[in-house]
Amino acid sequence: MSDAAAHGEHDEHHGYHPGGMKRWLFTTNHKDIGTMYLIFALIMFFIGGAMAMVIRLELFQPGLQFVEPQFFNSMTTMHALVMIFGAVMPAWTGFANWLIPMMIGAPDMALPRLNNWSFWILPFAFTLLLGTFFMPGGAPAGGWTMYPPLVLQTGDAFPFLIFAVHFMGASSIAGAINIIATVFNMRAPGMTLMKLPLFVWTWIITAFLLIASIPVLAGAVTMLLTDKFFGTAFFAASGGGDPVMFQHIFWFFGHPEVYILILPAFGIASAIIPTFARKPLFGYASMVYATGAIAFLSFIVWAHHMFTVGMPLAGELFFMYTTVLIAVPTGVKVFNWCATLWQSSITFEVPMLFSLAFVILFTIGGFSGLMLGITPVDFQYHDTYFVVAHFHYVLVTGAIFSIISATYFWLPKWTGHMYDETLGKWHFWLSTISVNVLFFPQHFLGLAGMPRRIPDYAVQFADFNMVSSIGGFVFGFSQILFVMVIWKCVKGGEKATDRVWEGAHGLEWTLPSPPPYHSFTTPPAPASIEGGMR
Amino acid sequence: MNMSDAHADYYVPEPSHYPVSLSLSLFLMFVGGATSLNGIGVGPVILGLGFLGFVLVLFGWFGTVIGESEAGKYNEQEDVSFRMGMMWFIFSEVMFFAAFFGALYYARMYSVPWLSGEGSGAATNQFLWPQFVANWPLLQTPSAYGFSEAKAVIGAWGIPAYNTAILLTSGFTVTMAHWALKAGNRSSLIGWLAATVALGVVFVYLQAGEYGHAYHELGLTMNAGIYGATFFMLTGFHGFHVSMGTFMLFVILMRSTKGHFTPKHHFAFEAVAWYWHFVDVVWVGLFIFVYWI
Repeated sequence: MSDAAAHGEHDEHHGYHPGGMKRWLFTTNHKDIGTMYLIFALIMFFIGGAMAMVIRLELFQPGLQFVEPQFFNSMTTMHALVMIFGAVMPAWTGFANWLIPMMIGAPDMALPRLNNWSFWILPFAFTLLLGTFFMPGGAPAGGWTMYPPLVLQTGDAFPFLIFAVHFMGASSIAGAINIIATVFNMRAPGMTLMKLPLFVWTWIITAFLLIASIPVLAGAVTMLLTDKFFGTAFFAASGGGDPVMFQHIFWFFGHPEVYILILPAFGIASAIIPTFARKPLFGYASMVYATGAIAFLSFIVWAHHMFTVGMPLAGELFFMYTTVLIAVPTGVKVFNWCATLWQSSITFEVPMLFSLAFVILFTIGGFSGLMLGITPVDFQYHDTYFVVAHFHYVLVTGAIFSIISATYFWLPKWTGHMYDETLGKWHFWLSTISVNVLFFPQHFLGLAGMPRRIPDYAVQFADFNMVSSIGGFVFGFSQILFVMVIWKCVKGGEKATDRVWEGAHGLEWTLPSPPPYHSFTTPPAPASIEGGMR
Repeated sequence: MNMSDAHADYYVPEPSHYPVSLSLSLFLMFVGGATSLNGIGVGPVILGLGFLGFVLVLFGWFGTVIGESEAGKYNEQEDVSFRMGMMWFIFSEVMFFAAFFGALYYARMYSVPWLSGEGSGAATNQFLWPQFVANWPLLQTPSAYGFSEAKAVIGAWGIPAYNTAILLTSGFTVTMAHWALKAGNRSSLIGWLAATVALGVVFVYLQAGEYGHAYHELGLTMNAGIYGATFFMLTGFHGFHVSMGTFMLFVILMRSTKGHFTPKHHFAFEAVAWYWHFVDVVWVGLFIFVYWI
C-alpha cells in the first residue's frame, strides 16, 4: 500500500463525525457511549426513586391513603426492575466504558459498534417496560422476581415484561463480551493482568458472571412466557412441573446478579481509598483472588433466597454453609480496606467520604446478610422488612454510594473542572444521615414481623415506618443536590489538573483533563504503567 | 501520521446507524410479538415490519463488516477481539440451554417423584392428586385438567438416532472444509461446506417430520405436561439454532464461492464452524437425556 493510500484510508475512518443527535445515536466512541450510559442510569435512578417515594408515602401511616394496593405492588415491582436493570447495571457499564480503555492504555473498546448497540438497546427496552403502566391491567405487580403462578396473572403487560427482560439481557451480554474482549486483547504492552487496576479486575469477573447468569434468566422468563401462552407445564404442578423450579432457575441467575451489582463497587473502593489515604492498597493480589472466590461461590448459594419453600434438609444445610463461606473473601476485602487506612495520611474529600461510608454501611448490609444466610433463623426473617433493610444496605449504601463516590472521583477527569466541594459535602452528609434513618429502622420492623411488599400494616409498626419514610423523603430530595453538582461541574468551575488528586495513580490520570476524544491512539510507554493500583 | 502508525492503529469503525436501527427493529418485533400474544389485530403487522427491518439491518451490518474485512482493515488484534466475542457469545448460548436442561433434570429427579409422594411429597400427593404415580417420560399428568394426554413419546432409535449420525457427520464435513481452506483448496472447501449445509437441511427436515408425527399421531404436544414442555422447548430451541447455523454456513458457502477467505484469514468461517460444533454438542446432550435415558 502506498503512503498516500494509507493516509486516505486513515482520514476516512477518522473523518466521519456527525454532529447533534446523530453523534449520540451512531457513535462508536467509548467516552460518548459511557456518557450516555451514565446519563441513562441517572434518569432511571430518579424514575425508580420516584416510585420509592410513592412507596414510602403510602407507608407513612397505616391504612390506605394514596394509592390502590395493585398500584402499590406495581411500584415495588417496577422500582426494583428499574433500579437494578436501569440504574445500577447501566451505571457500572458506563464507568466501564469511560474508564477501562483509559485504565489499560487502549484506544477504545474492542468492539465499538457492538458497544453502541449495548447502550441503544436500553432506551427501547425501558420503553417496553415502563410503557406497561398505560396498559390494561397495569404494570407488572407480582414482584421483580416474577414468581409463578402470581406473575402469570399480570395483564397485557405480561409479554412486554418478558420481552423487556430478554432485551435488557441482550444488552448486558453484549456489554460483558465487549469488556472481556477489551481487557484480554487491548491492554497496552506492559499492562500485565496483575497490574490491572482493581476496577478492571472486578469488572472482568462481573462480565463473566453476566455471561453465565443472564442467559439463565432469559431461559427462565421464556418458560414463563410459554407457560402463559403455549400451555407448557414448567411451573404448573398439575402438569408435572413445579413453581419452586422457577425459583431455583431464577435465583441461579439472581444470586450472581447481586454480585454483578456489587463487585464493581469493590473495585471503586479499592481505587478511591488508597488515593485519599495516600498509601498503596493493602493486599492487591488477595483482593483479586477474593473477588474470584466470591464470584465462584455466587453460583452455589442461590437457594438461600428460598429456605422456606420446603427443600430437603440436605439442601438447606448445603446452601447455608456455602452462603456463610462468602463472608471469608468479603472479610478479606473489608480488612484490606481497613489495613490500607491504617497509619495513612487521610483527607476527606467527597469521593473519600462516600467510599468510607460505603465500607462501613456495606459491611452492615453484609452482616445482616449473614443473619439471613443462617437457615433456622431465616424462617423468621424471610420476606420481612429485615430483608428489605439488608438488601438496601448493600445496594443503596453499597452499590449506589459507590457509584456516587466514583462520579465525584472521576468527574474532574471527564469534564476538566473541579466539582463544588461544599455542595458535595452537603450531598454526602444529607444522604448518609437520611439513608440510615430510612433503612435502619426497617431492621426492627422486620424482626418484629412486618412483611415486605404490603401497602398497609398493623398499627404497631406505625412509628418506625414514619421515621423510615421521613428518612426516605430526605434521601430522595438530597439527590437533587447530586444533579446540581454534576450540572455545575459540566458547565464550568475551577480547572482540574491532569492528576486531579494528589494521591491518584493509574494511566487515566496521565491523560489531560478532559481527555482527548481518542484516549491512547498509541500505547502508553511501559514505564508509565504502575503495578496493581500501586 | 506516518504509515507504520496507521497500521498499528486498532480499527475503530466510524459512527454507524446499524446498532440503533437494530434496536429499533427488535423493539418493533417485541411490540408486535407482545401485542400479537395479547390478541391485538395489528400485532402481526408490527412484528412483520420489525422483522423486515431486522433482516435489512443484518444484511447491511454484516455486509459492512465483510467489506471492511475484504478491504484489509482487520489485522491480528481485531481478529482476536472477534474470536473472543464469538467464543463468549457461544458460552452464553450454552448457559441459555443450561436453563432448560436444568428444568428437565429438576422435573425428572424432583418434581415428578415428589408429586407422587416421594421424599417430602407425601402430603402433596395425598391431598392433591392421590392417584398420581411417577412415570418418565411423563405421559399421565397429575391432573388432566388443562393438559392433553400423550399416547407415547418419540423413541431414541428411530429418526433421532439418524439425526445424531447426521449432525456428527456434519461436524466431520465442516472440519474437512476447514482443512481444505487451510490447504488453500477452494473447490474442496466448497464441496465439504455444501455437504455440511445439505446435512443441516436434512436434519431440520427430519426434525420437522418428527414434530408432525408427535403432534398428529402421538399426541405429544407442548401442552402434554412437563415431558412435552421440556421436549419441545429443548428440541425447539435446538432446531432453531440448527436452522440459524445452516443459514450461517450457507452465507459462508456463498462467500467461499466469491473467493473470500484465505488460508490465514478466515475468522467468519471459524466462528460459524464453532457455532456448528456447539449445536452438535447440544444435540448429543439432547439425544442422551431427552430421547435415550
